[in-house]
Amino acid sequence: MSDYVLELKGITKIFPGVKALNNVQFQLKPGEVHALMGENGAGKSTFIKVITGVHKAESGEMYLFGKKVDFKGPRDAQQAGIAAVYQHPTSYPDLTVTENIFMNHEIKKNGIIQWKQMNEEAQGYLDQLDADFRCTMEMGALSVAQQQMVEIAKAISTHAKIVILDEPTAALTANESQKLYKIVDKLRESGVSIIFISHRFEDMYRLASRVTVFRDSQYIGTYDVNGITNSELIKHMVGREISDLFPKPDVKPGEEVIRIEGFSRTGYFKNVNLSVKAGEIVGLTGLVGAGRTEVMESVCGITKPDAGKVYLYGKEITIKNPSDAMNNGIILLPEDRQKTGLILSWGLGRNVTLPIVGKLSKNGFTDEKRERELSRDLLEDVDTKAGSIFVPASALSGGNQQKVVVAKALAQDNMKVIIMDEPTKGVDVGAKAEIYQIMGNLAKEGFAIIMISSEMPEILGMCDRVCVMCNGRITGELSRREATQELILELAMEKGPDKKKQEVVK
Amino acid sequence: MEKKSLWKKITGSREASLVIVLVVLCIVVTIKSPAFMSVQNIMEILKNNAVIMIMSLGMLCVLLIGGIDISITSTLAFAGMTIGMMYKYSVIGSTFLGFVIATAMGAVCGFIIGLIIAYGKVMPIIATMGFMYIYRGLAYLVAQDQWAGADALGSFKDFALNNTLGFGVLNNVIVVAVVCYIIFFVILKWTKFGRSIYAVGSNAEAAEISGINVAAIKTAVYTIMGTLAGLSGALATSVYASAQPNMQTSKEMDVIAACVIGGVSMNGGRGSVAGALLGALVLSVIAKALPLVGINAIAQNTVKGVIIVVVIVLNVLTQRMMDKANLEKREM
Repeated sequence: MSDYVLELKGITKIFPGVKALNNVQFQLKPGEVHALMGENGAGKSTFIKVITGVHKAESGEMYLFGKKVDFKGPRDAQQAGIAAVYQHPTSYPDLTVTENIFMNHEIKKNGIIQWKQMNEEAQGYLDQLDADFRCTMEMGALSVAQQQMVEIAKAISTHAKIVILDEPTAALTANESQKLYKIVDKLRESGVSIIFISHRFEDMYRLASRVTVFRDSQYIGTYDVNGITNSELIKHMVGREISDLFPKPDVKPGEEVIRIEGFSRTGYFKNVNLSVKAGEIVGLTGLVGAGRTEVMESVCGITKPDAGKVYLYGKEITIKNPSDAMNNGIILLPEDRQKTGLILSWGLGRNVTLPIVGKLSKNGFTDEKRERELSRDLLEDVDTKAGSIFVPASALSGGNQQKVVVAKALAQDNMKVIIMDEPTKGVDVGAKAEIYQIMGNLAKEGFAIIMISSEMPEILGMCDRVCVMCNGRITGELSRREATQELILELAMEKGPDKKKQEVVK
Repeated sequence: MEKKSLWKKITGSREASLVIVLVVLCIVVTIKSPAFMSVQNIMEILKNNAVIMIMSLGMLCVLLIGGIDISITSTLAFAGMTIGMMYKYSVIGSTFLGFVIATAMGAVCGFIIGLIIAYGKVMPIIATMGFMYIYRGLAYLVAQDQWAGADALGSFKDFALNNTLGFGVLNNVIVVAVVCYIIFFVILKWTKFGRSIYAVGSNAEAAEISGINVAAIKTAVYTIMGTLAGLSGALATSVYASAQPNMQTSKEMDVIAACVIGGVSMNGGRGSVAGALLGALVLSVIAKALPLVGINAIAQNTVKGVIIVVVIVLNVLTQRMMDKANLEKREM
């Protein structure tokens, strides 16, 4: 018996034109949580796909429980006891949780599916994970966190010995992440070995005992989590020191650009007031579901608020739909780049000029030459790494996609207010720093910036002021000097107003 | 940008491969029956299929925004029948006025459908299914158990016989089709409206957030579809020198098939005017050629069906390959 449950040696994977993995190695000890870290494009995803049999490596060897294996496809890996849970659950939204869990390995007796038994077992797995939903619910009705739980339940149901979690916390709130940590702990205690991919150092410190770093398709090293400092790890990941991750410029806020008053929408948020000055970065934080995104969507005319006024330079404006907001210079960079920020099948250039095609038109005809020049300039301004402006957006990494979204906002030259919803979600450390740099520059140029974020470091690092929301209300506003992690968390988890009243009555 | 070889460009573009299919088809048929390649015969094919070709343009737009419209031939019959009766009872006499009335009726019919789909948020297939019955029923109501024959139509049927618009060379009906194709080519390629149609079909949510009024675009597209169907009603009445309430029944499927063969995606966002044209041409040539090469008329639908299925399978496969290529690029 070997010391490792899984060992890979000298793996090289070549895609047309690029070496995605160059002679990398990896060892997984029994019952450990092993973090795999690296920038986007470092080769982590490809590596995972080699382990799960999706990709076949050109060279290299893989040993499972000391025995050499050669997976022909994902099925082989599954049968060998390897299960993967992805950041975006790959589920069937119209089917029930049970059906999702037992997809492809239904319990059958004489060819007849045993629903009762399957439901019982599925519920058993869910209880094991402390799930707050029933196995008969439809998958589509669940939150991302709950869907992930189902994926994990699915992994357990296949009796996987090795579970791979690919950025599981990227789509989760702090609370949900805590829950996931507990689940991972439980899995480990039951003897499962876990490979954990994440951009969040928090995750790694909390869960992993060892960490392996990839950079530029190469293996950099494996370290004990307790024996390596944060800055050392970043240095390994990006190959350079990031001395200043948060380049917050010292901008003296100018006059008030936007003010929202009394924004309410039944069931989502109530009486939200907020104002932002020129050159100011205001953070809007709180737990996911606190209503942050919803408020901003209403401000931008995507949803209709029940009440509320928007003032631009002190003058009230009416916003009925996204076009109104854009005509007034209020630009939203949506949280979900892939769904609402970009048209993935389109080239980068077309994406950038989409909101201004009309303005660039001459006599009713689009001016493609000007579009190309403008989009190329803007994409260069934000330092997008792509072959050309004709490359489809789907071919870019998360960080580069975010830059395209920023370029798209910059294309609208009447922009005054820029609302960034989770601008660095799913973006690697290096690209994060670049996005902060861009934000800093925008502030210097006098734009009013609202940043919705769940990530404490960037809220503390980039914002002049922080507004915290809880249950649809703003529960507090902190200046850059006052803001601390503890204070923000306290405000974000403040008890609802009803409970407070009850306490007073008592 | 890497340069693609000429061969790759040809095989990589569905339009180009359709041209090859069309050419091969024509050659094979001509060898078997030399009369096929005569100018007269080709003009005849174009004239007789102009209605399908024109409506394919509207269907292209509808499919591009991710919708579908199966009410078009009902609209066609409603509009065609109405002007037919108007000529019969001498309410109007001018050919031009007949076209204006039929086209306007089509526009209104389409606009109503558009409103219901865009603002009522009804699924396109269901909304247009309803209107398929409604407009067809209206055509019967207008007809009152009668029909307008060649005598009743008077000079209106001459429109399809003359070449006045085509400088004595091209038949009027073909000229109308060509003009429609030029207009749509320009709109879809070089206008904001055209770009918006593609954007709505590719990703409606992103389009909305990018400041495009998705509901307005949808309404406009169904209105365009109706307008073309109304125009086709007048054309069909003229070409066949008769207006009957059951005109062109079930031909909407030919229109959809023409688009699909031409590479227009049923999921929206992908498709071109050239594709719609080629799809319609392939269908027309097949319909005309099968009898010429000795294939029994009753086998025609089967052959048509097989061609559509083969094309769709190819469609899915190429899309899968393109998606995969894009994802592979992302990995590094």
